Amino acid sequence: MRVVTAAIAIAAGLFVLAGYFFPIAVLADLRMRLIDGAILIAGMAVLVGIYNLIAVQMEKIRTRQKGSTYGGLLALSLVITFGFGLLYGPENPYIRLTVDAIIVPVEASLMAILAVSLIYASIRLLRRRANLLSMVFLSAAVLALVAVVPTPLGPIPGDRAISSFLGMLSGGGARGLLLGIALGTLLTGLRVLFGVDRPYGGN
Amino acid sequence: MPDPLALGLLVLAVILLLVFIFLRRRSPAVFRLIDAYERLNRSIGLAVENGTRLHVSLGRGSLFTARGVSALAGLAMLRRLAERTSVSDRPPVATSGDASLAILSQDTLQSGYRAAGAEEQYRFTTGRLTGLTPFSYAAGTLPTIHDENVSTNVLLGDFGVESGLLVEAADRENSDLIAASDDLSAQSIFYAATQEPLIGEELFAAGAYVGAGVAHEASLNVQDVLRWLIILAILVGSLLKFAGAI
Repeated sequence: MRVVTAAIAIAAGLFVLAGYFFPIAVLADLRMRLIDGAILIAGMAVLVGIYNLIAVQMEKIRTRQKGSTYGGLLALSLVITFGFGLLYGPENPYIRLTVDAIIVPVEASLMAILAVSLIYASIRLLRRRANLLSMVFLSAAVLALVAVVPTPLGPIPGDRAISSFLGMLSGGGARGLLLGIALGTLLTGLRVLFGVDRPYGGN
Repeated sequence: MPDPLALGLLVLAVILLLVFIFLRRRSPAVFRLIDAYERLNRSIGLAVENGTRLHVSLGRGSLFTARGVSALAGLAMLRRLAERTSVSDRPPVATSGDASLAILSQDTLQSGYRAAGAEEQYRFTTGRLTGLTPFSYAAGTLPTIHDENVSTNVLLGDFGVESGLLVEAADRENSDLIAASDDLSAQSIFYAATQEPLIGEELFAAGAYVGAGVAHEASLNVQDVLRWLIILAILVGSLLKFAGAI
């Protein structure tokens, strides 16, 4: 069975790749069909994932783990929202209100907490790792903030020069990092394509 | 018409990969020391001895985008970690913010248990989907870091700024943190908030450094060769441009 799984995955990957590189009608059609099938499976995977999420919370309640009350609340909210969503559709005003009045504000507040966490992390950076690179990192962050922060007297003198100078350095660094990541992505993809790495349970 | 440069790069990468796999089978590769992976190898042993848990978070990269590939690198690491720690009192837990990725993490954990001869100990609830949006994923992962006796957190995959919440939680629990992402904003957060940051393509070196096999070692060799070729191309291009030839 595992061999069959691997054969299907490798064949599908090779056909999609061939369809991308060679504009042959049969290959292009096969590629689109395979991608459509994969999208359908991914849609089903969301339902399986939601089941997994509920199962994890139920196990927490059953074994009386810490935070199980919140787990119960999460599972209950999920079932109610999902049920109403199925009955009335995502355009229903009450369903939209659930998103606009609960989910969006909660995520916004998490973003606010994150801002505080990041300031705290940057303050502790020099205590954690006091070296030249950390100092350059912090100085660049502070300079970039100074260059873009609005002041009551208008832009600070030389703000464009600072932004341009930092942009040049960070742009070069970012491109270097992205080249490395692109190469890593290529090789990881090839390993999966040739069945060396089989995250679908094949090895 | 196919892009000849992309196709040429792909063919070259495939040929180099096969050559280096063949070479690595005959003589193992020697890599430079990466502190974070040294620390991870120590932490795995300690987690098994202390009866604490290892938490691997794979991010929220959809497998339908290029960002999902970083999660595949995380899965290769998870497979190896599951094999090495499955006999522990507290088995490893994998969290993710994408449903397909969560299912793959379950499959990967099961494969690791099977390879360790402990498949009956596998529970599908150890591969978890914790949320479907970036912040709900982070919020859902926080209880795992805080409440499940985790001694080492490994964050490998596609993260955004929400990773700041995860690293802060790990810091509060005084647990070890090994973190790498393909996203530049997440990398800057990891640089500021972790003891030994992993930068750029070091994310994709994870498998080679935890002994995932010769293919992972060969991949690093191929990346090195291709990187030198790109450097050479940039230098030659700059010189030609400077000389007014292009």
